[in-house]
Amino acid sequence: MSSGSGSRNTEPWGSFDDNLIQGGGSAVIDMENMDDTSGSSFEDMGEMHQRMKEEEEVAAEAAATEDDVADDGEFLGMKGLKGQLGRQVADEVWQAGKRQASKAFNLYANIDILRPYFDVEPVQVRNRLIESLIPVRMINFPQKIAGELYGPLMLVFTLVAILLHGMKTSGTVIREGTLMGTAIGTCFGYWLGVSAFIYFLAYLVNAQITMLQMLSLLGYGLFGPCIVLLVTYNIHFHFLFYGLWLLLGGLSTLRMVAALLSRTVGQTPRLLLCGTLGLLHMLFLLYLHFNYHTIVEGQNQKHRDRFLWFSCCRSRAVRSARRALSRWFLCLLLHRCVC
Amino acid sequence: MAASEEASRPFAGLSDVSIAEDIPVEGDISVPVGPSRRDDEFSTLDEPVKDTIMRDLRAVGNKFIHVLYPKRSSALLRDWDLWGPLLLCVTLALLLQGGAADHEDQGGPQFAEVFVIVWFGSIIITLNSKLLGGTISFFQSLCVLGYCIMPLTVAMVVCRIVLVISSGRVVFAVRLAVVTASFGWSTFASTAFLADSQPPNRKALVVYPVFLFYFVIAWMILTYSPQQ
Repeated sequence: MSSGSGSRNTEPWGSFDDNLIQGGGSAVIDMENMDDTSGSSFEDMGEMHQRMKEEEEVAAEAAATEDDVADDGEFLGMKGLKGQLGRQVADEVWQAGKRQASKAFNLYANIDILRPYFDVEPVQVRNRLIESLIPVRMINFPQKIAGELYGPLMLVFTLVAILLHGMKTSGTVIREGTLMGTAIGTCFGYWLGVSAFIYFLAYLVNAQITMLQMLSLLGYGLFGPCIVLLVTYNIHFHFLFYGLWLLLGGLSTLRMVAALLSRTVGQTPRLLLCGTLGLLHMLFLLYLHFNYHTIVEGQNQKHRDRFLWFSCCRSRAVRSARRALSRWFLCLLLHRCVC
Repeated sequence: MAASEEASRPFAGLSDVSIAEDIPVEGDISVPVGPSRRDDEFSTLDEPVKDTIMRDLRAVGNKFIHVLYPKRSSALLRDWDLWGPLLLCVTLALLLQGGAADHEDQGGPQFAEVFVIVWFGSIIITLNSKLLGGTISFFQSLCVLGYCIMPLTVAMVVCRIVLVISSGRVVFAVRLAVVTASFGWSTFASTAFLADSQPPNRKALVVYPVFLFYFVIAWMILTYSPQQ
C-alpha cells in the first residue's frame, strides 16, 4: 500500500487524502477503521493523527533497537529476526488494545454528552421555577418546553432533603432499608419512572414531546409539591395541607397538563395522557404527605379532623390499609366532583 | 521501514529537527548517569517511614488550617489529597452511628449510609460544577468538599459531648446554634475555594447543591439522638 502522496501534503496535520490513503498501513488498522463509530470527521482525523504518531513512535523504537540488535540479528540469524518481529507484534497489539480501551472510555464515560443540558443562567432557572406555577392557556399551538436538566435535578434533590426532614420530624421508622435510601428512591423513582411512563404513552398517542422535555417538564412540576411539603411538614394543619395541595399542586399540574395538551392531537389521546399525568402528580403529593409524617398527627389530636384515625398506629399492615383507604376516599371525592 | 518512512513524511513539516536523512542517527543506548542523580533527589523510597508519614500529616494539617481560616487560596487545590476527607468521613460516620430511639429498628444513619451520602454527594456536586463549565478537576473538587466537612465534624463532637452531659430544650438550642454556625462555615469555606473556578455569572448555580449537601449532613447531625 505505497503511494507517492508525501508530496501532496499541504497541511501540517496531514490532509484528508494522505490520511485516508496511508491509514491502511496494516491489517490491524484497517479493521479499526471499519469499526470506527465516531461521528464527526474531525474526531476521525484526530484519531488517525494519533494513530500515525503512535505508529511513528513504534517504528522509531524499532529502528532504534534495530541498530542495537542488528549485530545480534546478524550473529543469531533467524532467531534475532524472530525476536525483533515478536517485539513489534507485541507492541502493535498493546497499542491497538490501548486505543480500543481509550475509545470505549471516551465514548461511554464522557460527561460532555450532558453538557448542553446544563447550559443555564441563574435568572433562567428562577424564571422557569416561577413559570412552573403559571398555567398557559394556549393549547392550540405547541408550547415551548425548556430542555434542561439542572433545574429538575436540583428540585429532585431538594425534594429528597425535604422528605428527609419530614421523615425525621415525624420519627418515621423504615423497617427494610434506610431513611436516605427511601427518600432518594421515592423521589428519583417518581421523576424518572413517571417521565418514562408518560413519554411511552405520548409515543403511543403520537404526541410531540421528547424524553428530555418530559423530564424537564415533570422536574419543574415538582416545585409546587416542594413548597407544599416544606410548609406542611412544619405546620400541621390538615386543612392547610388540602388547601395548598389543591392550589399549588393543582397549578403545577395544570401547567404540565396544558403543555402536554398543546402537543397532543385528538380528544381521546389528550384525555388519556393528561388525565394520567394529572392523577399521578396529585396522588404523589398526597402520598408524600400521608405516608411520611404519620406520627406527628397523633400528637395533634385536639384538631377536629375526620382523618384522625390515620394517626394511631405504626404497624406496616395498618399503614398500607390506611393508604388504600385514603386512595379510595380520594376516588370518592373525585367521583363526587365529576358527577 | 518503508511504511514508517511514508508515515513520517506527512508530518515532516511538524518537526523542526534538522537531521538530514542521509546521516544516520547515532546515540548511546546505555543509561546516562545524569537522570539517576536527579531521581535520587526526588526518590522517596529510601527515606525513613517516619518522614513519609510526617510529611503527609503535615500536608493534611496544613489543609485543615486553610479550612479553618478560609480565604481565597489555591493551597487546597494545588496539592490535593483525599486523606483528610477520608479521615473526616470515617470520624463523622462513627460518631453518627448508634443513634436510635428504638434499637430493633434502625433509626439512626448507618455507617455505610453516611459514607455513601458524603462521597456520592461530593461526586454529584463535582459533576454538576464540571457540567456548568467549571475548570476544577474531579479530585480537586472532591478534596475541597471533603475538607470542608471539618466544621460539621467538630459540631458533631460538640453535640455528642453536650448530649452526654444532659438533654433538654436549652441543650437543643445550643446544638442548633452550633450546627447552624458550622453549616454556614462549611458552605462559606467551600465556596471560597470553588468559586474561582466557575464562570462568574453561574456561581449561584454551583453554590446551591453545596448548600443542600451540607444541609443534609447538618440535619443528620442535629437530629442525632443517643440511645437511651
